[in-house]
Amino acid sequence: MTRLLARLLGRLPIGWLQLTHHKGRFATALAGVAFANVLVFVQLGMMGALTGSTLQPYGLFDADILISASDSNSLSEGGNVARVHMLQALSLPQVQSGTPVYISKVDWRIAENRIANLQLVGLPMEAIEFIAPALRPQLLHLSVADSALIDRKTRGGNEEFFNTLSPETPAIFEMNNQEVRLVGTLEMGAGFSADGNLIMSDQSVFRLSPSRSSSAPDHILLKVQEGASIEATVNVLQQILPNDTLKVRSFSQAGADEQSYQTSERPVGIIFGFGTLVGIMVGIVIVYQVLSTDVADHLKEYATFKAMGFNSAFFLSLIFEEAMILAIFGFFPGMFAASGIYALIGMKSGLPVGLTLSRAAMVFFGTLIACAISGAVATRRLAHADPADLF
Amino acid sequence: MTKSFAPIAANGLNHWFGEGETRKQALYDLNFEIERGSLTILMGPSGSGKTTLLTLMGCLREVQRGNLSLLNHELHGSDEALKISLRRRLGFIFQAHNLHESLTATQNVLMGLQVHENGSSHRGDVKQQEKAARHILSILGLEDRLDYLPAKLSGGQKQRVAIARALVSTPDIVFADEPTAALDKDTGLRVVELLKEMGRERGTTTVMVTHDNRILQMADRILTMDEGHLFEGAHT
Repeated sequence: MTRLLARLLGRLPIGWLQLTHHKGRFATALAGVAFANVLVFVQLGMMGALTGSTLQPYGLFDADILISASDSNSLSEGGNVARVHMLQALSLPQVQSGTPVYISKVDWRIAENRIANLQLVGLPMEAIEFIAPALRPQLLHLSVADSALIDRKTRGGNEEFFNTLSPETPAIFEMNNQEVRLVGTLEMGAGFSADGNLIMSDQSVFRLSPSRSSSAPDHILLKVQEGASIEATVNVLQQILPNDTLKVRSFSQAGADEQSYQTSERPVGIIFGFGTLVGIMVGIVIVYQVLSTDVADHLKEYATFKAMGFNSAFFLSLIFEEAMILAIFGFFPGMFAASGIYALIGMKSGLPVGLTLSRAAMVFFGTLIACAISGAVATRRLAHADPADLF
Repeated sequence: MTKSFAPIAANGLNHWFGEGETRKQALYDLNFEIERGSLTILMGPSGSGKTTLLTLMGCLREVQRGNLSLLNHELHGSDEALKISLRRRLGFIFQAHNLHESLTATQNVLMGLQVHENGSSHRGDVKQQEKAARHILSILGLEDRLDYLPAKLSGGQKQRVAIARALVSTPDIVFADEPTAALDKDTGLRVVELLKEMGRERGTTTVMVTHDNRILQMADRILTMDEGHLFEGAHT
C-alpha cells in the first residue's frame, strides 16, 4: 500500500504512514467515519423509502392528468372532488377519457393479534385503461362483487398465504363488517401511512364503505387525446374548473408534488433530512478531531519539514491525503453495515429500503467532501508549527 | 579553494524581542562574512544570541534591522517564497533530532531529498533516492538500521539519521546545533570529517553551534557570541 500510494502521490505517503503508525487510533478513526456513514446511509435510506413509497400508488395508474381537491397534498389525503367536474373536463375535445378514483383506509386482521391498515383503492371496472398495463389482467378478476387484490408486500403478510390466492381459491376475510374475497395479489409495498394496499372495483368499495358516494370521488384521472399537449390541457382545465376548490395537475407533476410535500413539509421527511445533516456533521467533527489531533501530535516534525523548505502546498496535500484515506477506508465498512441495516429495516417494516448505486456514490462523494472540509479546517493548526522554535 | 562570494554576510545586523518596555535586544550590530566551504564553530554561553543568529541565517526568522545576505540573496525584506526556496538549499541539524516517528530511518532521510532543489539528480526517481539515502546512512554506520523506526533507535542513532537527512541533498550551507552532543567520540569525529569533506569537495559551508571541545581544533574559524555581540576566536 505504501509503494502504491508513493507512486500515486509522487512522494512518500506520509499521511498514510502517520495514520497507520498508531493502529488503534486509526481503527477508532475509521470506526468513527464508518459510524457517520451509517447514520447518513440510514437517514437517506429512510428518505428514499419515504419518496419510494410515496410514488408506489402512482405506479398503479396510467393517466395524464389528476384532478384533486385543492387541499389534497397526497393521493390519500384531502377532500373529495365532485364527479360533475369529470364531465366538465370530458367536454373538452383534447380530453379523451376520465375516471373517478376512490381511496380510503381499511383494516385487515391478518392474525389474531395483528391488524394491517391498508390503503384501499377503488375504480370502475370499465376504466381498465387507467390501470398500469402490467396490472390489467389481474384487474379483470375484480368484476365479481367484493373481490380484491391484496398487496403481497403488505407489512406482516405471509408469502405462503399470498401464493395460495387465486380467483378459484380465494381467501375470505371480514373487513368493515363486510366479506372480502382476496382473489389475487399485486406487488407494491408498505408505506409510512399504510401497511399495504388493497384494490377493488368502485362498486365493491361502496359496499365496503356504505357512507361513500359515487358522486364524490377522491380524485379524477384523465387521459388526453393522442397528440394533445398535457400541459396545455392542464392550463385549459385550470381556466374552466373552479381553482379555489380544485387542483389540476399533470399526473407526473402530482407525483413530484407529493414527493416534495412528504420530504419537506411533513415531520417525518423533515426528521430524515435533519438526521442526514446530523450524520454529515458527526462525520466532519470526527474527521476534524482526528486530523487536528494528528497535526498537534506532529507539530515538531512539521516545523522540521517547514525548516527544510517544504511549502504550504505540501502540508495541504499531506492533510488532504489523510482526509481522503479516512474517507475511503471509513466509507466501505459504513456502506456494508448500512446495507445490513437496510435489509433488516426492509424485512421488519416492508418499506422499500435498499442500497442503490446512486446513493452509494452520493454518500461516497459526500464523505470525500466532508473529510476535505475537515482537512481544510485542520490545516489552520499548522500555523503553530514554527521552525524557529526548533533550535 | 577558489575565492568566491561569501555565502553568508551580515552588515549592521540587529535583532530584538518584544516591544516598548519589554523589548530585549538579542543581537547588536553584527558584521561578519563566512567563507564558502568553511567549517565555522559558533560558541557562547546560553542566552548569548547564538540561536537567534542561527535562525536568522537559516531564514527561519524575519530580519528586523541591518543586512543579512544568504547565498547572494538579501534576507531583509525578502518574501516568504524566497526564504522557502533558500531553505531548500540549506541543511539543518537540530539538537533534538526531530525525526518523523512514523517514517523509517531511510524514509526520514528521503524527505531531505524530496524537497531539495539541488537534489534534482535524485528527484522523481524513488529508487535512486532510496539508494542515496541508504548510502549516506551506511557512511554514518547505520547500514543495519535502515528500516528501523526512530522509536527503535538509540539517541545517537537518531542523531545520525538527522545528520544524514540534512546532508543527503548536499546542501550549500549546513546549520548544526550541537550535532555531536549525543554521539560517541569516534562517531562525532566521523560526522565532522564528513562535513569538512563536503566543504572541500562540494563547497558546503557549515556553521555549527557546539560546546564539544573534541572538535574545536577541526574548525576553520571560531566565533563567539556574548550578550548579543560577536567576537572572533574562542573567548571564555
